[in-house]
Amino acid sequence: MQEISNRSSIRVIEKIIDETPTVRTLVFSDDSLSNVLPGQFAMVWIPGVNELPMSVMVAEEKGKAAFTVRKRGVSSTALYDLQVGSQIGVRGPYGNAFTIKDGKILLVGGGTGLVPLMRLAKFAKPENEVIVLMGSKTKDEVFFEDLANKILAKNKHQVIACTEDGSYGQKGFVTDVMEKLIGETKFDGVYTCGPEIMMHKVVQMANAKNTFVEASLERMMKCGIGMCGSCCMDDVLVCHDGTVFDGRFLSKSQEFGHTHRSKAGILENY
Amino acid sequence: MSPDLSTTIGTLRLERPTMLASGILGISLEVFSRIYQSGAGAVVTKSLSKEPWEGYPNPTIVGIKGGYLNAVGLSNPGAPYFAKMISQNKTVPIVVSLVGSIEEDFEFMVRQFEGVHVVAYELNLSCPHVEKVGLEVGDDPSLVTKIVRKVKSMTKVPVISKVGLGTTNYLDTVKAAIDGGTDAITAINTIRAMGIDVETQRPLLSHKIGGLSGPAIKPVAVRCVYEISSKYNIPVIGCGGVSTWEDAVEFILAGASAVQIGSAVGDRWIDVFSEVNDGIANYMKRKGFSKIQEMVGLARNF
Repeated sequence: MQEISNRSSIRVIEKIIDETPTVRTLVFSDDSLSNVLPGQFAMVWIPGVNELPMSVMVAEEKGKAAFTVRKRGVSSTALYDLQVGSQIGVRGPYGNAFTIKDGKILLVGGGTGLVPLMRLAKFAKPENEVIVLMGSKTKDEVFFEDLANKILAKNKHQVIACTEDGSYGQKGFVTDVMEKLIGETKFDGVYTCGPEIMMHKVVQMANAKNTFVEASLERMMKCGIGMCGSCCMDDVLVCHDGTVFDGRFLSKSQEFGHTHRSKAGILENY
Repeated sequence: MSPDLSTTIGTLRLERPTMLASGILGISLEVFSRIYQSGAGAVVTKSLSKEPWEGYPNPTIVGIKGGYLNAVGLSNPGAPYFAKMISQNKTVPIVVSLVGSIEEDFEFMVRQFEGVHVVAYELNLSCPHVEKVGLEVGDDPSLVTKIVRKVKSMTKVPVISKVGLGTTNYLDTVKAAIDGGTDAITAINTIRAMGIDVETQRPLLSHKIGGLSGPAIKPVAVRCVYEISSKYNIPVIGCGGVSTWEDAVEFILAGASAVQIGSAVGDRWIDVFSEVNDGIANYMKRKGFSKIQEMVGLARNF
């Protein structure tokens, strides 16, 4: 059982890896977070700015943990802009984890949604055959390709980059590539994280084939520990009951793929 | 035979004496339903305002020794949206918590709930971290009387006033609410508090000052329930640091007819309601009580 503290511990950024022109991985020492299960997250305090839920990234050295962030809004940009030596607060790990099936598994990620899938790859059993689909808009925004190949070196595996503009790898959305794959091959498990509309399609396709599927969801999260209620979806709290949900649950959800909540808690359409 | 866990708070009857406290969870009917199924006798909504409020930036909730600090900033989707959202409710005992500055705010909000199944209103006269509402209203006894009187005139369901520790003696706020016709008092809200991170030398909360909840405030809350029920003949709901059945029984012995649970959800999740209910039932059996009301205020006999 991992010990959970609901107060932040301060960590110092030790290394910054530029993944793409807009994506960085921040590495720091943290024994507890270095061992989290695939899909678990932490609340990350950027002092003076905000506190954000972040999936814990794989860090290659023992005792190190990392977050991978894309600069987008004010808070993610502030996290992205931190320097080596900057302090952040982390609390967690929180949430459940992916259930890794035996046999042939398919990982479908979009953008920084690849983070929990990299950790899943790290936890793959040697006998798992793994196919990773990585979605991005352009060649410049493809990342983790080398890392995925390295993590999966001992597995029979394939890493397929997909770009929307066709500038690298396969042209099209990951869901287009997945549609072909799942039509030709029987998978024992499908795992996805990324934009919700993408995940919705992935879950629908897997469900249609009766294939086990899990998705890691993102919702407006304030406390991260099932108190504030901001991240509720149907009758679950994404922070407490998830963030990973299976296809059976998601196929019944009234909200998955359709709505999300504003900061005030109002349901808005995607 | 199992003891009867039902309780009455004035005219409000609950099947079980544990309620979800305002501010915790509580923005969707599906979640309310789940909490009710898990054992809560009633659920109190987040405090609703006239308009939607986004609340403060994170960190808004921080774990500390003995409980939590929070300054969520009363984020809520607004009374009109919320009333529509729960309009299909038939079965869940929902207590609607309202927050505002003046009588007209409350008048507007109560009107939104006409025809919607709610079992009571709880007026938040005690939020410690948002200006112009909550404690600032509770600290103005004449305004409290006016607001309670206005809400009472508009509804048949019980009106509960939630008081806290501000600059005015809270017993004066209680008196003002009674003068306005309140049916019950919830005591207490969180207490103004703060924490500082020594490494970054910054306040823990983005709003700097927030409210303290959890076990750390329980003895203060028990004292308030004891004082209110000793001084006034008004039903009281205990709130502040209830996380075990012993805590709940302590509040009941001090004079509470029911208890609200908030912070303990962060530590023990919603299983806490059935755990506390079961513990109370076992205690009643052991001590020979058949009804909650037989225990209310027994500590005042000494």
